[in-house]
Amino acid sequence: MHEMGIVLHLAKTLDETAATEHLTAIGKVVLQVGEVSGIMTDLFTDCWDYFKGRHAVLKNSTLVIEQIPAVTYCDNCKGTYATVKYGKECPYCHSGETWLLKGNECIIKEIEAE
Amino acid sequence: MKVIQLGASVTASNEKDAERLRAKMKAGGTLLINVMSSAGAGKTTLLSRIIRDMPHTSIAVMEADIESDVDAVRIESLGAKAIQVHTGGMCHMDAGMTAAAVEAMDANADLIFLENVGNLICPAEYDTGAGKNLMILSVPEGDDKPLKYPLMFGKSDALVISKLDALPYFTFDVQRCIARVKKLNADIKIFPVSAKTGEGMQALEDWLCERMAEWQQS
Ligand SMILES: Nc1nc2c(ncn2[C@@H]2O[C@H](COP(=O)(O)OP(=O)(O)O)[C@@H](O)[C@H]2O)c(=O)[nH]1
Ligand SMILES: [Mg+2]
Ligand SMILES: [Zn+2]
Repeated sequence: MHEMGIVLHLAKTLDETAATEHLTAIGKVVLQVGEVSGIMTDLFTDCWDYFKGRHAVLKNSTLVIEQIPAVTYCDNCKGTYATVKYGKECPYCHSGETWLLKGNECIIKEIEAE
Repeated sequence: MKVIQLGASVTASNEKDAERLRAKMKAGGTLLINVMSSAGAGKTTLLSRIIRDMPHTSIAVMEADIESDVDAVRIESLGAKAIQVHTGGMCHMDAGMTAAAVEAMDANADLIFLENVGNLICPAEYDTGAGKNLMILSVPEGDDKPLKYPLMFGKSDALVISKLDALPYFTFDVQRCIARVKKLNADIKIFPVSAKTGEGMQALEDWLCERMAEWQQS
């Protein structure tokens, strides 16, 4: 499952950050998740609540997910458009020579910690 | 509580593991190649052919699969060292798992292939620590895949267009596919091949030899 893999990596990354920054507890964790990253928000937070208990610094943390809009690039007219609204076909020139520019990412924006 | 701006990738710790493994493989003179494709594109068949065509190169294979071990058995029947890695339900290999598999295999090889889990999305998101990334797109899958999965095409050092012998039965325009891929990744090397008939294999194997020589000296 995709979500579980990401959660494990996120926990490991934060655990290492806590060690290098000398943090004893992490509170809020703000993630930026692309609209078409395929990450299911509910499943992701459930997974997080299950795995965070494995790391002492994370056990009282909460995950906040912010969405990043997906943008598709059209190679034919060089325009960009909202992926979720229009899909694969460019709304300006109707070309199918398009690919995703942004909206697939998963970034740790910031954390609250002490 | 204070707020710490990170702006880091969720997989930042994986990227560190990957750099560590790459440095270790470089020091040992072994080139690790991460092989990615969708399930059934022909990864195991291609690797089997390479093993038979390059008898003087010591090659080992790590087969990542969610649970089965048929591919490792196929490779071992050719006399090459193989190890099966079960990802435990995970849709990709990460650098930590890859490093553990390299350790467990303990092969004194010039070239190690990692046959990653079969899909075009998740494996592209995790650096395995490989020296080179190779992906396979088979003719039956269609030439529109670069448009649908730009990340993997963008990250690969080489693309093998496989099952070329099946061209008469499918609508797959090789030139159009190459043009689409080059727009995403100008430096990628592209090898149209058939592991069945052997067409195009020589160019791919020459590329592998050059990459091995380069990996061992620089
Ligand atoms: N016609 C043809 N079939 C191929 C070729 N390479 C692989 N196959 C077939 O494709 C199927 C899947 O191959 P396999 O190597 O197991 O794919 P993997 O899942 O990517 O490892 C098998 O039935 C192979 O015989 C090829 O070059 N030509
Ligand atoms: Mg296989
Ligand atoms: Zn357009």
